[in-house]
Amino acid sequence: MNLKISALQFTRDVKSGNISAEDFVAKTMERIQNVDDKLHAFLSLNDKAVDQAREIDKKIKSGEKIGQCFGMPISIKDNICIKDTRTTCASKMLENFIAPYDATVITKLKQQDAIFVGKVNLDEFAMGLSTEFSAYGPSKNPWNTDYVPGGSSGGSAVSVSAFECVASLGSDTGGSVRNPASFCSTVGYKPTYGLISRYGLISYANSIEQIGPLTRTVEDAAFMLNLIAGLDSNDDTTVNNNSEDYLKDINSGIEGKKIGIIKEMIGEGIDPAVLYATKDAISKLEGLGAICEEISLDMIKYSVAAYYIITATEAGSNLARYDNLRYGYDFSVEGYEFNSYIEKARKKFGPEVTRRMILGGFVPSAGHAGKYFLKALKVKSKLIRQINDAFKKFDLLIAPTVPILPFKIGEKINDPVSLFLIDINTVTANLTGKPAISIPYAISNGLPIGIQLIANSMDDKLLLQAAYALEKTVKLPEVPI
Amino acid sequence: MTKIGLEIHSQLTKLESKLFCSCKANYREFEPNTNICPICIGLPGSLPRLNQKAVEKATMIAMELNCSTPEKIAFFRKNYFYPDLPKNFQITQLNIYGDTSVGGKGIIMVGEKKIHITRIQLEEDPGRLLYEGSSEKNQITLVDYNRAGTPLVEIVTEPDFENPKEVREFLNILSNLLENLGVSDPSLEGAMRADANVSIEGGNKVEIKNIGSFHDLEKAVHFEITRQQSLHSRDIPIIQETRHWDDKRKITISSRSKEEDLDYRYFLEGDIPWVRIGNEVKEKLKAEMPESISSKKQRYVSKYNIPVQVADVLSADKFYSNLFEEAHTKENAKEVANIITTDLMGLVDTREKRESSKLTSSHLKDIVDSIQSGKIARNSAKNALYEIVKTGKKLSDIISELDLGNVSDESELSKIIESVISEEPQAVEQAKSNPQTINYLVGKVMQKTKGKADPKLTLDLLKNKIS
Repeated sequence: MNLKISALQFTRDVKSGNISAEDFVAKTMERIQNVDDKLHAFLSLNDKAVDQAREIDKKIKSGEKIGQCFGMPISIKDNICIKDTRTTCASKMLENFIAPYDATVITKLKQQDAIFVGKVNLDEFAMGLSTEFSAYGPSKNPWNTDYVPGGSSGGSAVSVSAFECVASLGSDTGGSVRNPASFCSTVGYKPTYGLISRYGLISYANSIEQIGPLTRTVEDAAFMLNLIAGLDSNDDTTVNNNSEDYLKDINSGIEGKKIGIIKEMIGEGIDPAVLYATKDAISKLEGLGAICEEISLDMIKYSVAAYYIITATEAGSNLARYDNLRYGYDFSVEGYEFNSYIEKARKKFGPEVTRRMILGGFVPSAGHAGKYFLKALKVKSKLIRQINDAFKKFDLLIAPTVPILPFKIGEKINDPVSLFLIDINTVTANLTGKPAISIPYAISNGLPIGIQLIANSMDDKLLLQAAYALEKTVKLPEVPI
Repeated sequence: MTKIGLEIHSQLTKLESKLFCSCKANYREFEPNTNICPICIGLPGSLPRLNQKAVEKATMIAMELNCSTPEKIAFFRKNYFYPDLPKNFQITQLNIYGDTSVGGKGIIMVGEKKIHITRIQLEEDPGRLLYEGSSEKNQITLVDYNRAGTPLVEIVTEPDFENPKEVREFLNILSNLLENLGVSDPSLEGAMRADANVSIEGGNKVEIKNIGSFHDLEKAVHFEITRQQSLHSRDIPIIQETRHWDDKRKITISSRSKEEDLDYRYFLEGDIPWVRIGNEVKEKLKAEMPESISSKKQRYVSKYNIPVQVADVLSADKFYSNLFEEAHTKENAKEVANIITTDLMGLVDTREKRESSKLTSSHLKDIVDSIQSGKIARNSAKNALYEIVKTGKKLSDIISELDLGNVSDESELSKIIESVISEEPQAVEQAKSNPQTINYLVGKVMQKTKGKADPKLTLDLLKNKIS
């Protein structure tokens, strides 16, 4: 049984009877048993996965109508709610939170006969980019287990990269899908803000985050998008995509397309190997008929600062509900006093969440908002203006997904600011609501490098076409695990 | 000079569902924590889903109070920790970044006085806290989230009031307006609540919170003015602070909590996109709005010649004006108005009595018809009304059961008149010389018939017999 096939290949193989869903899912569960001790991608497993696959095989045999996933094994980041399943956000605070409902993306995938093999690791409440801030321990990079897999959707990227599932859903607030995709050599795609319902995604910074797929191929990302995008009455911020088919015409090519190379994302601090890969990608795109030109978006200088101020403010509010009345410690009524209890309960947060709660209480507060929060909002609107101007001239923008290579576990954990700065290339798409994708591009000293493309709002189809074209120029070695 | 400003919270009790989910807006009949869902208790991953009807009703209120209504509205988060607040922030509206709440500046007339509205905002009500236990030591707090997420409008006024009487008049007018608009039933427990701010002689402003009813609001304001005046007269400075209304002792108490220092860290609620309320929407809403109280009043006066004071009382109250609208014709309007304002209002003067009243508009119509055709006397009509309210029986049945019919039989009435004439020779003589005194004799006949004699027939017969 070859587990190293794409999602689309899986559906074709099951449909044609080449393989059974049960066999594939059983082998996948076996694979998880074998490798996850080393990788720690999963926080919990679905012990009914094989049974569910068997049911799907039965449906196929009896000629019943079958969903487009055909029992495809998918992993889900543990900040997305699956009914009757523990959803921890990799936090002690939600250690025992059993979601009483399905996220919209889960409902849609269930309707398409997907199988959720388990919930995967993340930085606590999706705050971080290495998975080291998970309260349940870090995930490891399958390319070299001494290294971080990126984050916050680290578990998603690891599980896809190490063949513990064929696809995964993560969430991307400032790069949390694209960053681990880049570090683990998978495709990671953050769609236009509002394209995928956030209902059931536990909020970190709700005004800029999106659920996004991590997959082996660009086609698989388009396939996943077909299944989960579109208006949702449970999320007022969703947009109508007129049931767009993102797979159709994905091989249209990029001839004549204008691509802007973002100057601020290949400047100071970039790893030479990453710069080399980026330049190589640009020349490949030119070879395919694209016209590439450098462009400066100088607001990017302030983007990371603005990003951390805005996300901390929203996080401070979104996480305020964890006050120990319903989450946190068991408590006896005796001696209960609200304020002291909140204080006690909130000690369940790990260091990164605590840091951002403190920041989130400070930057929007009276007397400081003008200096921080309101200024950050100004940067955000200026950045939107700049990028919209850029899209008057260009069809797409290009930059490395992350300016550096994966780093060693523990290497930067005591230096939060240096961690923050790694987000420089990914936060712009979130702050401006634009779609962006990371595709595996190169391996340097055994560590992956991803290239990022960014498109204008609702140009997701164009973005996927371009990513598909670039992907076709790449041939990478297999993951060594 | 005394300055009083108000913040009135009115639930939109007539809406089917809560502001951001489909739980019932009418939470009152549920067992604790049974009218809840992932959204209104803020479970992780849930998102608010704006109730468009609530936006429409709140916009109607803004238009009714002559407020400006912006083209686009937005929602904000007000962040503070409190156990009745499931998310530890409240979704509300704010006007500090331009006018983005459902209503901007507006005016309500209280008699000849203009009361300026500062703004109207749409927001969610928190849950309810219930306290159990006798002393502070063994007190426990229970949380009921049934109310959490109920749609609420907050109406903020400028400090235009100068005394508690104006406050009371304003609140009466406001609750009548809201009831007439069909958005709220102000008589429901907790449907309308208010905070007040009071200052005297240009001094510091004191906020009074926790006032559960309009009745207590007037009292609280009165108490606070007296308290401040007494301090002022002794040259004791009045501190700017928040005071709580003590329901039991009927006094205001300085709140030791630092509530006034709270920093709400307001910011835009990203989960709810801006809502456009364009002119076409406003025109549509205007067309759906019921006739305003002032327009009703004007119509009653000009079309039916109903006295201004009667029209005033009748139009202000939806219960009575609805009865009037259904019962009246052009001919009987004045009499219907009269029966309602002089007799019925005294009979059903509380919410409970209104609800249990069996009276319908057709009863009212029958009564007026019977008076006008001389079947029953005005006095008997009042008795009949009392019976109808209680039993809902048909007027004709009540007339025969209680023998309320007019004595309009000539021979029977003649006999009674003759006995009066023989008993009152002096009055008869007087009436002969001074016809105006004949009313005394009419009164005597009425006494004997317990008010059931047809007044016109009695007068005619009396005149005949005397002359």
